[in-house]
Amino acid sequence: MTSIVKPRIDKHLRRNQLGLTVRDYEGVMSTLCAGCGHDSVTAAFVQAFHEMNLEPHRAAKVSGIGCSSKTTAYFLGQSSGINSVHGRMPSVATGAAAVNPDLYYIGVSGDGDSLSIGIGQFAHAIRRNLNMLYCIENNGVYGLTKGQFSASADIGTKAKYGEVNEQPPIDPVLLALSLGATFVARGFSGDKKQLVPLMKAALAHKGFALIDIVSPCVTFNDHKGSTKSYAHTYEYYHPVIHADFVPEEAEITAEYQDGGAITVPMHHGGNVTLRKLGRDYDPRDRDQAFHLLRTREGSEVLTGLLYIDETKPDMGDMNRLPDEPLNVMDYSKLCPGSAKLAEVMKGYS
Amino acid sequence: MKPTDTADPDYFHKVVDCQWACPAHTPVPDYIRLIAQGRFTDAYMVNRRSNVFPGILGRVCDRPCEPACRRGRVEDEPVAICRLKRVAADHKDEVADKLPRAPIAQNGKKIALIGAGPASLTVANDLAPLGYDCTVFEALEKPGGLMISNIPSFRLPERVLDEEIGYILDMGVKLKTGHRIDSLKALLDEGYDAVFVGSGAPKGKELNLPGRQEADANIHIGISWLESVAFDHVKSIGKRVLIIGVGNTAMDCCRTSLRLGADEVKVMARKPREFFKASPWELEDAEEENVEIVVNHSPKAFVIEDGKLVGMTFEIMEYDTDERGRITDTRVVGEKTIPCDDVILAIGQENAFPWIERDLGIEFDKWDVPVVDETTFESTRKGVFFGGDSAFGPKNIIWAVEHGHQAAISIDKHCQGLDVSERLPRGLNLETAKMGHNEWAYSNGYDPSQRRQMTHVELAKRFKDLDTEVELGFDPQQTAVEVERCLNCDVQTVFTASACTECDACIDICPVNCLTITPNGEEADLRQRLSAPADNLDQDLFVSEDLPNTGRVMVKDEDLCLHCGLCAERCPTAAWDMALSEIFLPHADDEAAERARRRAAE
Repeated sequence: MTSIVKPRIDKHLRRNQLGLTVRDYEGVMSTLCAGCGHDSVTAAFVQAFHEMNLEPHRAAKVSGIGCSSKTTAYFLGQSSGINSVHGRMPSVATGAAAVNPDLYYIGVSGDGDSLSIGIGQFAHAIRRNLNMLYCIENNGVYGLTKGQFSASADIGTKAKYGEVNEQPPIDPVLLALSLGATFVARGFSGDKKQLVPLMKAALAHKGFALIDIVSPCVTFNDHKGSTKSYAHTYEYYHPVIHADFVPEEAEITAEYQDGGAITVPMHHGGNVTLRKLGRDYDPRDRDQAFHLLRTREGSEVLTGLLYIDETKPDMGDMNRLPDEPLNVMDYSKLCPGSAKLAEVMKGYS
Repeated sequence: MKPTDTADPDYFHKVVDCQWACPAHTPVPDYIRLIAQGRFTDAYMVNRRSNVFPGILGRVCDRPCEPACRRGRVEDEPVAICRLKRVAADHKDEVADKLPRAPIAQNGKKIALIGAGPASLTVANDLAPLGYDCTVFEALEKPGGLMISNIPSFRLPERVLDEEIGYILDMGVKLKTGHRIDSLKALLDEGYDAVFVGSGAPKGKELNLPGRQEADANIHIGISWLESVAFDHVKSIGKRVLIIGVGNTAMDCCRTSLRLGADEVKVMARKPREFFKASPWELEDAEEENVEIVVNHSPKAFVIEDGKLVGMTFEIMEYDTDERGRITDTRVVGEKTIPCDDVILAIGQENAFPWIERDLGIEFDKWDVPVVDETTFESTRKGVFFGGDSAFGPKNIIWAVEHGHQAAISIDKHCQGLDVSERLPRGLNLETAKMGHNEWAYSNGYDPSQRRQMTHVELAKRFKDLDTEVELGFDPQQTAVEVERCLNCDVQTVFTASACTECDACIDICPVNCLTITPNGEEADLRQRLSAPADNLDQDLFVSEDLPNTGRVMVKDEDLCLHCGLCAERCPTAAWDMALSEIFLPHADDEAAERARRRAAE
């Protein structure tokens, strides 16, 4: 963390359609280690919300426990959020999304919170296609407890004090694909040019959007021999496909039209355009996604929007939940009264 | 772009905008930090080293530093640098024992200095401690040049002048007042080893309009009139006074008139306000005293009745300007006569050298101004040097001081038989400001306070006499706030590309978005694709060596950097560091010390 709060100077900054600068989307001062990837992810959230012209109070931030889970305090200081129990963030998000589908649900979790203690909750949130952006800030270690291997540590990666990991890692992207997730992406905290558009596309997606973000732990996992260090990630970083969110009012420019770019219309309006980077790959094809991930070469870190399906119903649709948030619903509709209750009860008699 | 050469002292010097803009390159942030620590004497001495007259300049400097101040770009108002300089001068302890003294044995070289203004006094200040026998010739009865004759004492009290000029005279400099030099040839014949001409630009410009001769008794040339007031030759003026011109001399004339009995003073400007030459703060101070500034009035004639001045006729002007604000067309749209008792002409001043014989080998150009080398200040005759307003026309005190410093180097070299154009280069020293984890050797927090306003003596009290100083100086509270407004631009952001892991931490935390990691490119292209477009072309881009992981470069736009050190606090590998920079700007004593070192080495 820093010794002083970032000074607020914004007269030079670009204002979005709401007249706000990026600074209006920031939160409190980060207490993470200097150079933590998570702070870059925070900055990417700030940028994505600003660029999408979303009001800073239109998000609900939910998290569990861990360094990653602290970060929800560092962006969108004007929105509500819950820092919940370890690994239980998906349940809290489910409840919140059920009663108020009007907000953008942002879950921030880590490899420990999602792939160890919370893997069951994570799996079921995907299964019910909860409408949220779920980010895993993935650094391969338990940073908050001084650097033990997490469930995403690669075979052969070295811990800070020399141990070598021999257990196979859980890849959240493969897991999400096999569970039927409708938006699966991987990013890197060091590449906001890719990450910010991914976040924007995920916010425009209706359903569960996973972004697994390689976000190095600068204190316990940024050394030689680590496969989640900045140097290692830069060396093997391999963007496969570039996704851009194009809002409704904007035109899809020629840049996307050549090279066989794919355009996916989004449920909430606007389009996601997918530009191939080198490989022939269609992220709308789940089999191709599996194939790509299973046949990656060596230590390649494949990134981009790896799979997208805009057709599946989300949790609200499947359960026929009202579109109207309960907090603005007319009381007589919300609580129809004892006569109605009696009528319902009669149905069971 | 090529990687920035930060070993070039000018690169980091330029980042310290105030110091770079100051002709004498006063290390402003350095002395502001000393003031913040209550070390007023040390702050004064840091100032004095470069600008020689901190007490004087702390009141009346033209302040080129303030428009340059980064704080003025970050928010609206620059740091009140000039006011803080005065704080150091006002609150210092005795400094006499800290000043250089003349050595016991002089070096046998005699220097004549013509005019006891800031330029000559600076030369004497630099040379007397090296053993030179300096004699200053002054036509007036008191030393100071325009500082005493043209700047009214309600802005610059005489005691301040006496004190700071006294420090120089106390070094054994000889002063001959009331001694006008009428012939340079005669002076040269007296066998001086070098002559420095610092006689200023003493001739006020004339306005030859109908009626000028007849009304001569009530028409005054600004700088001569101010001089007569300063030396008590003029003690009153008419009730209604028109000042022609809107430079700083005009401001002094109108405010002086008010103190000599005038009660309706108008400053007549030919052009609109944006073309005024006066400093904005001098205009404000005059307007505070209810001086009316009338724009778009071009003088046409003096109106005489019964042989006496009764008014002045003006043409009313209209101007067309282009989108850059330049005048493209001028029209006369009317005429107006304004009654008055006196007129003061303050439309500029020029050099005059009737006392320099033209056969001495001193070349004059087509405007009849001596040809002077811009680095060495030497004329075309070896051993004769010019500085201050007499070198390149009217500028200001701080320029005169810098001319004096440079001329002193040349005079020293000339007298030692060395090449005057071979001068010590500028230097740079960087020392990390890191004291511990997120602890810095300076106050790195950003204080959003607004610029403090100077308190003035009440209007009712200030017109009683000529000598009541209007500005009261900053009080401790004002000082405490103002020092924290300084951004410490001399604590430089120093980048080591080989240590960078490209984690983006510095970019995310930078409060003014001045950092970017990006593929390299040409400057014009780079400027467009930074975190925030770098559209202030006066400010440099720092471009690093290629970064180890991706071969991209770190680019920093120097325009708005707050020097808050957050990049360095957030950097996990100390690739960014905050380092205190000291710019070495050699004076005559540095040249002498270097010579001594070399001699000792041989």
